[in-house]
Amino acid sequence: MENNGNRKTGILSSIATKRQIKKVNYISAREARQIAKENKKIMMQYEKLYNRKNVPEEEYRTLMRDPNNVVEIDNLHTYFFTDIGVVKAVNGVSFDIPKGKTVGVVGESGCGKSVTSLAIMQLLQRPLGQIVSGEIRFDAGDFVYNIAKTPAERMQKIRGNKMAMIFQEPMTSLNPVFRIGEQVDEAIMLHNPQLSKEEVKARTIQMLEMVGIANSQGVYKMFPHELSGGMRQRVMIAMALSCEPRLIIADEPTTALDVTIQAQILDLLRNLKEKINSSIMLITHDLGVIAEMADYVVVMYAGKVIEKGTAKDVFHNPAHPYTIGLMNSKPVVGKRVEKLYSIPGNVPNPINMPNYCYFRDRCDKRFKACDGEYPPEFRLNENHTVSCYLYSQEKEARK
Amino acid sequence: MTSTLMDDVMLSIGKTENTEKGDYIIEVKNLKKYYPIKKGLLSKAAGYVKAIDGVSFKIKRGTTMGLVGESGCGKTTVGKTILRLTDKTEGEVYFDGIPIFELDRKNLRKLRPRIQIIFQDPYSSLSPRLPVGEIIGEAVKDNNIVPKEEYDDYITKIMLDCGLQPYHKDRYPHEFSGGQRQRICIARAIALKPEFIVCDEPVSALDVSIQAQIINLLKDLQEKYKLTYLFISHDLSVVEHISDTVGVMYLGNLVEFADKESIFRNPLHPYTKALFSAIPIPDPDVKMKRIILEGSIPSPANPPSGCKFHTRCHECMEICKKVPPREIEVEKGHMVVCHLYDKEVAK
Repeated sequence: MENNGNRKTGILSSIATKRQIKKVNYISAREARQIAKENKKIMMQYEKLYNRKNVPEEEYRTLMRDPNNVVEIDNLHTYFFTDIGVVKAVNGVSFDIPKGKTVGVVGESGCGKSVTSLAIMQLLQRPLGQIVSGEIRFDAGDFVYNIAKTPAERMQKIRGNKMAMIFQEPMTSLNPVFRIGEQVDEAIMLHNPQLSKEEVKARTIQMLEMVGIANSQGVYKMFPHELSGGMRQRVMIAMALSCEPRLIIADEPTTALDVTIQAQILDLLRNLKEKINSSIMLITHDLGVIAEMADYVVVMYAGKVIEKGTAKDVFHNPAHPYTIGLMNSKPVVGKRVEKLYSIPGNVPNPINMPNYCYFRDRCDKRFKACDGEYPPEFRLNENHTVSCYLYSQEKEARK
Repeated sequence: MTSTLMDDVMLSIGKTENTEKGDYIIEVKNLKKYYPIKKGLLSKAAGYVKAIDGVSFKIKRGTTMGLVGESGCGKTTVGKTILRLTDKTEGEVYFDGIPIFELDRKNLRKLRPRIQIIFQDPYSSLSPRLPVGEIIGEAVKDNNIVPKEEYDDYITKIMLDCGLQPYHKDRYPHEFSGGQRQRICIARAIALKPEFIVCDEPVSALDVSIQAQIINLLKDLQEKYKLTYLFISHDLSVVEHISDTVGVMYLGNLVEFADKESIFRNPLHPYTKALFSAIPIPDPDVKMKRIILEGSIPSPANPPSGCKFHTRCHECMEICKKVPPREIEVEKGHMVVCHLYDKEVAK
């Protein structure tokens, strides 16, 4: 597989250089066909691996590096093989989610935060999106999975059971033609086949009550369109929590909601976390939400983690110029500034990423070392790491 | 020839009618907008969605008024009705002393360049079939804003002002990112030399770092062209940054209206208090005492009796359920619609 990847990037980079020489920002039909053909070959190989039957357990059983973590993501690479080239949506991401803690992932749209979460759930759009390399270790209690290699049928048993997801748009993620009760029942029934119908219904109603729906008997019989946005998001949360998952992935759970409803939902999530003792991976672009909810913060930019640490470290001593810029560009109530800081420029094109620091062209603190290859992680303290040459220990690099 | 003369007379009459002309550019008086709910074979109106239910405010020339509220409270409808993009049900709107709803087609068309709007979604508000230069220039040509020979230079100048490059003129909207599209929308509005612009959630579809660019651009343009904004948003931190006065809407009514300083320092209405306390603050050490509102906004088709907020209010009194509150001026320029501050009720 590794070989294949290299060959592939070789061909692509030759096309890329050609394109640079021509200085055009489109690709011809011939180039597109060539890329599509190459990509199809690679995708087929991944699909073949994925679709095997009777995969031996040894292939996807691993051990956790630290037993206190629920999820360990190690150098994850997730690529999308599109017809205009390979989009490296996640390009070497590693972080851990400790048990019972909330990890917030921040970044602008297109930085790969959602793709990371989809990779954990193995919900990437196949065959286009593939985990190319790296490991996601997930501790399901009695078994430690390497999600990147787990076959589909095994995955179905974990998904919705040991790990669950709360999506951004409660309007579109509930099925409009089924009653709320049936939809929550389904998740419980699938993972607990020993329960009788009455027991399942009792559990659903208990879940609905737990997420603060007062009229739970009534809501059980309602259709999604009869509920408001906040109520729908509560139903989504009830559905996610119904099997007592060890990990909850909340992908922008409050972005589509109003501030007052957002406060309700965040309050609910915080209370529930204490009750059921599971870990939350919270994905959002709102720094305020992260500050309020998260114990650990991971800042992503263009498919890479640029800074991670405890919430206190990152918010009080932001290290990476991008993190600092992001914090300054958001107006804060009660803090007067004449002019907002704005990060110049745009996120680089995900096809043809440069081989120096991805943020260099937008950075106001760049210096000579930034022209070198992508900066490694520098450790500021036990938990706080940053990928920026400003924090390099070597003196020569700083000049 | 005579008709144009008549128009000028009409417009000037409108101007002199209002005594406060010059100080306030927009004056909204008891504006109402009901949308009928149609039912049955003859589509008879079975009821009304009261999107705006009696809103009055004034905007001073050269300032920005922020309008905040939850979704469905009628903020966007206010913006649209002020520009007469939809018809009113009741009430009046004066722009520079001219009653907008009394103008006929021709005069309204003449007025249009002076009042412009920037929409929320830059992806759907630009025609995909026109190059950017044309999008910005179309209305300029139609309204003869500049002489023909200066047209090209004028468009270039506007584009540079809005942070676009002149070579972008021949490109199509799909070639631009969200932030740049919003710049195109702004350029299109600015090109007509307007005096008043309604910004309907111009940054909520954009990323944080791009948001800052657009907000800075709007502020710079305001200084340069002496513009007046009505800034509609649900993001309170953005509104605090850009506005001079702030109006808080709830279910079709303005519940509080004041200067930015006094409303953020001392919010009076229980709804405003709850709204402000719900803003997440990017500092892990700050633990806010939060007022969490129960439930969600009631349906505007069937609003609660008395004070519309009483179903979710923490300080609800008996009177709130029956009598709609009056507008009370607590400090100079700080209006609140709530029984708590009504001295007669206190008695």
